[in-house]
Amino acid sequence: MSAVITPVDAAPAGRSPWRDARVRFMRHRAAVASVVVLALIALACVVGPMVLPNAFDSVDWNLMSAPPTRAGWHLFGTDELGRDLLVRTLIGGRISLMVGLLATLVSVTIGVVWGAVAGFAGGRVDSVMMRIVDMAYAVPYLLIAILVVTVFGRDILLVVAAIAAFSWLDMARVVRGQTLSIKSREFVEAARAIGVPTWRIIFQHVVPNLMGVVVIYTSIVVPGVILSESVLSFLGLGVQEPMTSWGVLIHDGAAVMGATPWMILFPAAALSITLYCANFIGDGLRDALDPKDR
Amino acid sequence: MWAYVVRRLLVTLPTVLAVVTLCYVLLHLTPGGPFDAERKVSDAVLANLQAKYHLDLPPWQQYLYYLRDLLHGDLGASFRYADWSVNDLVARALPVSLAIGGTAMVVAVMLGIALGITAALRQNSAVDIGVMLVANVGSVLPSFVLGPVLVLVFAIMLPWLPSGGWDDFAPRYMILPIALLTLINVATIGRIMRGSLIEVLSSNFIRTARAKGLPMRVVVMRHALRPALLPVVSVIGPLAISSITSAIVTESWFSIPGLGKLIVNGASDRDYTLVLGLVVLVTVLAVLLNLLVDLAYAWLDPKIRY
Repeated sequence: MSAVITPVDAAPAGRSPWRDARVRFMRHRAAVASVVVLALIALACVVGPMVLPNAFDSVDWNLMSAPPTRAGWHLFGTDELGRDLLVRTLIGGRISLMVGLLATLVSVTIGVVWGAVAGFAGGRVDSVMMRIVDMAYAVPYLLIAILVVTVFGRDILLVVAAIAAFSWLDMARVVRGQTLSIKSREFVEAARAIGVPTWRIIFQHVVPNLMGVVVIYTSIVVPGVILSESVLSFLGLGVQEPMTSWGVLIHDGAAVMGATPWMILFPAAALSITLYCANFIGDGLRDALDPKDR
Repeated sequence: MWAYVVRRLLVTLPTVLAVVTLCYVLLHLTPGGPFDAERKVSDAVLANLQAKYHLDLPPWQQYLYYLRDLLHGDLGASFRYADWSVNDLVARALPVSLAIGGTAMVVAVMLGIALGITAALRQNSAVDIGVMLVANVGSVLPSFVLGPVLVLVFAIMLPWLPSGGWDDFAPRYMILPIALLTLINVATIGRIMRGSLIEVLSSNFIRTARAKGLPMRVVVMRHALRPALLPVVSVIGPLAISSITSAIVTESWFSIPGLGKLIVNGASDRDYTLVLGLVVLVTVLAVLLNLLVDLAYAWLDPKIRY
């Protein structure tokens, strides 16, 4: 038994779990490619309308329902009012992505707080809170969203609120489950032993340890809320003319797709590519962060 | 078992009540009333109308009136469609929605299970890859993109079917909407079926069944199928609820006079009772469907006994 004792200072450098996750994510090629594509789309939506010569609501009287052409920078063609479709698609993307981000932010916040509090409190508080989640699950959220939008008018922030109000349920459930298992760990016990107040245990010790599942489920929420906004817009209950979003453009394009197919092609492609990328990124994140795969 | 059914029904009641209350409050936060029309009616007529619909009472009394009628199965009168009660409108629209949505759900479940089994038994074959590819496209292309695509292909490029409309349950008008709703769900079901069957096939009792010399067909049909169906059954309820969204899109895209079209019209007409009635009705249907699915689950899974 002549064990060689390794000197302590020769120990390998520690790796944080987040770095591990990043390495695993980078190995997922489709996910990395999706990040690049999505970033390009977002960049185009933000910068495009500023540098392109056409405004989203200006009319080109000479080119109505024109197919894609380089003349006048109408690379995606124009609609039946002679408005440039490239800029409208980008502006619509701004709305769709912005609604997606805002609604996700709201719904993730509600979901994490709700789930963590329910899971940590346990007992009657937990069962009441989760019963509310069960009840909300049974409600077809689009009906409520339709209701809210018609009651209060077509305000984009209300659309966000209505979508967010019903997309936090999965998050709350998952977070609660994870909280239950974290609650009985030693470090929570230790924090309790030295008298840390409950709310600080929840938000400083439990929530940071939930981030893995939160990131995974956020990646599922994002495409969902973008889709919800598009559905509302498609039904004519989202943003109002001349402002536009991908759902509105697809709806308008669909009505005339026999004659001017580019009017539906480009917005539909933009939306589908975005959703596809979001799903791939979700897959990558799941592979990178799922604790079961370690 | 019966105790479980009763308990589940008791949970249903508060859910429905909460939804009714929420919608009621939302609708009464709106400025303006249902009789603020362009054409002014005389004050006497207005007063009579308001008295008829209890609009002259304080909100909480209106609410109680509404609950009472609801308990009698009366969804009230439509504010916008004169001479129609909400019950009449629903009675005309519900069969249409059920015919489209129900057929699509049955087809999607059957087809999804069949495709999932095929894909699981021939992993990485052309069928498997094809199914997974379609599954990916189907779960990413939203209904309002897929709908126009279907119309473009089967109504405009190939003039086989009408691009929309409705003619008293004539099959010609039902094919495309049903196809659309089926496509939305078949992918999900197929993917779940494939995954769960692959998992079941690798378990010990399947190895035993094969070891005693049963042909693969019998192993799958008699031993593997039942446990593999469980995840599919458990997803049908949530899937049906999420399909309500695509059903609304489908009905409004194909101009089908079902519940979805009714609610979108009702919403833009500000038809209080109509929208309220529809939300209540759909919620009750959704909750009941969930209950049925849970019972089917209990019946299929020998590990669960209530």
